[in-house]
Amino acid sequence: MTRVDATPLNDEVRPVRRPESFSKFVRVLKTALAILGGVLVWQFTSTVLVSNILFPTPGATFQEALRMAANGELFSDAGASLARIAVGFVIGSAIGVMLGLAAGYFEIARLAVGPYLQFFRFVPPIAWISPAIIWFGIGETSKIFIIVYGTVFVVALSTIAGVTSVHKDKIRAAMMFGATNWQIFAMVIVPSTVYHSLTGMRLAMGIAFMTVVAAEMLGAESGLGYLILSSRLWMATDRIFVGIIVLGLLGLLTDRILSALIERFAAKYRGYS
Amino acid sequence: MESPADTPELVTFSNVAFRHSLMPASNDVVRDLNFGIRDGEFVCVVGPSGCGKTTVLNLLAGFERPTAGSILISGTSLQGPGADRGVVFQGDASLYHWLSAIENVELGLKIARVPHAECRRRAMEFLQLVGLKGEEDKLPAQLSGGMKQRVNIARALAGQARIMLMDEPFGQLDAQTRVTLQDELSQIWARTKRTIFFVTHDIAEAVSLADRIIVMRRGPRSNVRDIITCDLARPRDRGDAAFGRLYNLVSRAIANEPGLLPRYDA
Repeated sequence: MTRVDATPLNDEVRPVRRPESFSKFVRVLKTALAILGGVLVWQFTSTVLVSNILFPTPGATFQEALRMAANGELFSDAGASLARIAVGFVIGSAIGVMLGLAAGYFEIARLAVGPYLQFFRFVPPIAWISPAIIWFGIGETSKIFIIVYGTVFVVALSTIAGVTSVHKDKIRAAMMFGATNWQIFAMVIVPSTVYHSLTGMRLAMGIAFMTVVAAEMLGAESGLGYLILSSRLWMATDRIFVGIIVLGLLGLLTDRILSALIERFAAKYRGYS
Repeated sequence: MESPADTPELVTFSNVAFRHSLMPASNDVVRDLNFGIRDGEFVCVVGPSGCGKTTVLNLLAGFERPTAGSILISGTSLQGPGADRGVVFQGDASLYHWLSAIENVELGLKIARVPHAECRRRAMEFLQLVGLKGEEDKLPAQLSGGMKQRVNIARALAGQARIMLMDEPFGQLDAQTRVTLQDELSQIWARTKRTIFFVTHDIAEAVSLADRIIVMRRGPRSNVRDIITCDLARPRDRGDAAFGRLYNLVSRAIANEPGLLPRYDA
């Protein structure tokens, strides 16, 4: 019998397999190093390149953050911004999904809404801050209005993209069983589009963060945008830095939570290409 | 067994033409297309690439409407898609990726208003028929290409249509899986007694499956060039001399289409 011996060759070619936990550790380590590098550059900039009154050191910023956390102002400002984002994001996403599904699938809705979506897409949310303040005052309503506005377009446009990318065979497969337009919409179009809408919502979350800060700068008495702007009046650069860093961290955290939720509950809607 | 020629025609294409909207008449995909399919028959359609094989299937499915001529099913003119025809699509894009194998089969039945318990029972029955017992709760992404096409077949069979329309259903599978599925389809056909209209560009596939093979002309303005009867006994042996003769007959018919190179696969 001829012995076909391919084993040694395979062993040579096969890369050394490391345990899963180890490669994860390496990944975390690389990220930690990157962050450490950034902090070092920051430290160098604030001590050597420029005056640390204009550009506070990481240590001073951290101390200020602790102080602001201890007296609660950090939480009340961050909480105010997050609450506005949450409310505006939920309302905006709901409207965006409905608008996108309707405009994507129903000709009459596309004709009615399409031109406005295309038009207002180019009018940024911050352009609405002035009218919003005139209409709704500097309270919560004006901020939420602007976040809703910013969210609607992104979510609606990616939902429409989702509807238009549904493969025609998916629709035909339902048609061969005699599906009505409504059945096709509910059983094929909506589930096919879910993942696109969710992706749009992740983008919209980023826009909501940008928008809320601008809105809080132009007329508010709380929130991270208000914190950053009001600190300018006393040249409290350390407080400004705290505001900026907290914004970044909250945004990152929110996005991570959102994408984890999507993977946990909506992975099957992603499909494959 | 009665000869197929004795059974009446279930489907009749008479003088059918089709062109895409806004196209001039010279761009007819098919023109003067005439053929019939008998009840219980397995008909394969082959022809050079771009000859309109899929168009013929889409016309029969009701997804497209003929621009001229008529398509009759049991003597009545065809009006759009209907429960008397089940389609097995080319690839897995037609499967609902968010639904498990069994839910994919059930969805069509739900649309067709089959009662819930009956949906599950029938979906299971047909998944079992295509050899997917034990895989019913997997998502399409968790199934191999061959298994996905089995789901596609089970879905069309479960609708209990008299006519199965299959558009190169095995075209994207590897050679081994392809042959396995061809053999299984022959058995399913024999057992379920459906009429099958099967589009392919693979001559060996056509010869191993069909009662009759329709060879189409090169497009545009394509129509039927030859209809070749495949009266080999089943199960068919691909190494058989009679198989080889039929293969050459079909192969030559396609190759003789004017202006065509001897190669004609997709």
